[in-house]
Amino acid sequence: MRRISTFFYGIGQGFAGLARNRMFSLASIATMAACLFLFGVFYIVLSNFNHMVREAENNVGLTIFFDDGISDEEIEDIGSKLRVRAEVSEVTFTSGDEAWEKYKAENLSPEMIETFGSDNPLKDSSSFTVYLNDPEMQKDLVKYASGLDGVRKINDTTDISEGLTGINTVLATVSIVIIVVLLLVAIFLISITISTGVSVRKQEISIMKLIGATDIFIKIPFIVEGMLIGLFGAGIPSAIFFFFYENMTGLLTENFSSVFTLVSFLDKNEVMKILIPVTAGIGLGIGLIGSNMTLKRQLKKIAVKE
Amino acid sequence: MDRFDLYRAENETIDPPVILCENVTKDYVDGLHAVKNLNLQIRKGEFVFIVGSSGSGKSTLIKLLLREITPTSGLIMVNGRNICRMRSRGVCKLRRSIGVVFQDFRLLKDRNVYDNVAFAQRVTQVPKKQIARDVPRILSIVGLADKYKSFPDELSGGEQQRVALARALVNNPVMLLADEPTGNLDPKNSLEIMRLLEEVNRRGTTVVVVTHNKEIVDMMQKRVITLNKGVLKSDKKGGYSHA
Repeated sequence: MRRISTFFYGIGQGFAGLARNRMFSLASIATMAACLFLFGVFYIVLSNFNHMVREAENNVGLTIFFDDGISDEEIEDIGSKLRVRAEVSEVTFTSGDEAWEKYKAENLSPEMIETFGSDNPLKDSSSFTVYLNDPEMQKDLVKYASGLDGVRKINDTTDISEGLTGINTVLATVSIVIIVVLLLVAIFLISITISTGVSVRKQEISIMKLIGATDIFIKIPFIVEGMLIGLFGAGIPSAIFFFFYENMTGLLTENFSSVFTLVSFLDKNEVMKILIPVTAGIGLGIGLIGSNMTLKRQLKKIAVKE
Repeated sequence: MDRFDLYRAENETIDPPVILCENVTKDYVDGLHAVKNLNLQIRKGEFVFIVGSSGSGKSTLIKLLLREITPTSGLIMVNGRNICRMRSRGVCKLRRSIGVVFQDFRLLKDRNVYDNVAFAQRVTQVPKKQIARDVPRILSIVGLADKYKSFPDELSGGEQQRVALARALVNNPVMLLADEPTGNLDPKNSLEIMRLLEEVNRRGTTVVVVTHNKEIVDMMQKRVITLNKGVLKSDKKGGYSHA
């Protein structure tokens, strides 16, 4: 019973503390909200970026070209060997003629096409396009296919994905640094808010110590205050993301339709189910750490007898 | 077997003193010897004055008894417990067993008389029903039953000190420690407070009053412990002038 009443006392006093130090509390909440908003933006960008890379890897297959003069039977044999691999989901054949038709349609003007006449510069460029179940296994398949007789060249997406992964890592590192700096600022502001709260209630705390209140009983209102700052600071960006995510992604899809025919954004629920709890957790954690660190220092300064 | 066990073995048949100081020395980091080899016993139910001029070690002694500081050497036992080795939870329990009043009353200005007294029970998590029972009872003992709604600024100095006294007593402490309780009061109010302290003592609470109010000490004719530059100079019954 005592624990329950202490808990409710702490909650009540925590809200009272927020109201008492209104200006500092608002400043801390705003800073926390700004930090967590940036965190959210980076999270959304990175998670969507990862999602798009994977989607692209899934949609773009690797292309296998054959040695000059290879027979149809040998090509069929290579196809059979590829189709039985666990990582392969689909294998499609493109003849040299089909490749040339496709190339002409996508890249050449009618005048240019005319200059080629009936020549087919890609007549020896028949190929298999191989789609994978798991893009992670691309390297294994490339290694296997390179060892097959009759295979001249393989165009894979490893380089592209590695490049994208590199960009991803740089983005993640930059965002982590920015977020850490901002969170340190948030901790500092929470610390100032709690210090102010402690100094306003200095006499009350001194009497509490004198009467024999436990440390935790004295600390709880301030810890709750810090955690409420964190929670409110997390609530604002979470609400913004929750209500505007679809608008933003919709707007981007509309304006960059050529890009977003190949790839798509993550579903709102998919993003929110991680983003909101993590944001709330960071807010609460920062509030807890910021207030606890300050309390240790500040409460020591308050004497029972001056 | 430590000194505390030895003490217990030797005194099994008698009540342990409420306060026992054995060779207590407190040196501050600046080299000041605030208290030197202090030996002191105060038994249950006693009324004791601790007197001495400024710098005599009175404040340090109060801080030691409230376990705000620990002695450089020596043993302090309060209510049979060695307070030098206490952990923070033990310190809370110790402070709950000691009622304290100060010269400046230390009341919360934004709370009325009732809430100031109830505060002592709320922070020690006493059930609400008991608070509703205890606070009016203690306010009637100190003669403030009809002023429970008043705020500290609406009360005289004497009344404020009585509220502080009620707050110190509401948790039924074993000992009442009064640090210059009449320091801010006129002679009439000082006398009223001393009469109240005497009444509290008569009801069984050990009362220790730290003061340099010569008139009060002379008038009360109780045990007087005199400190001078951290050393116990005299310990006898009588008045300040006899010390």
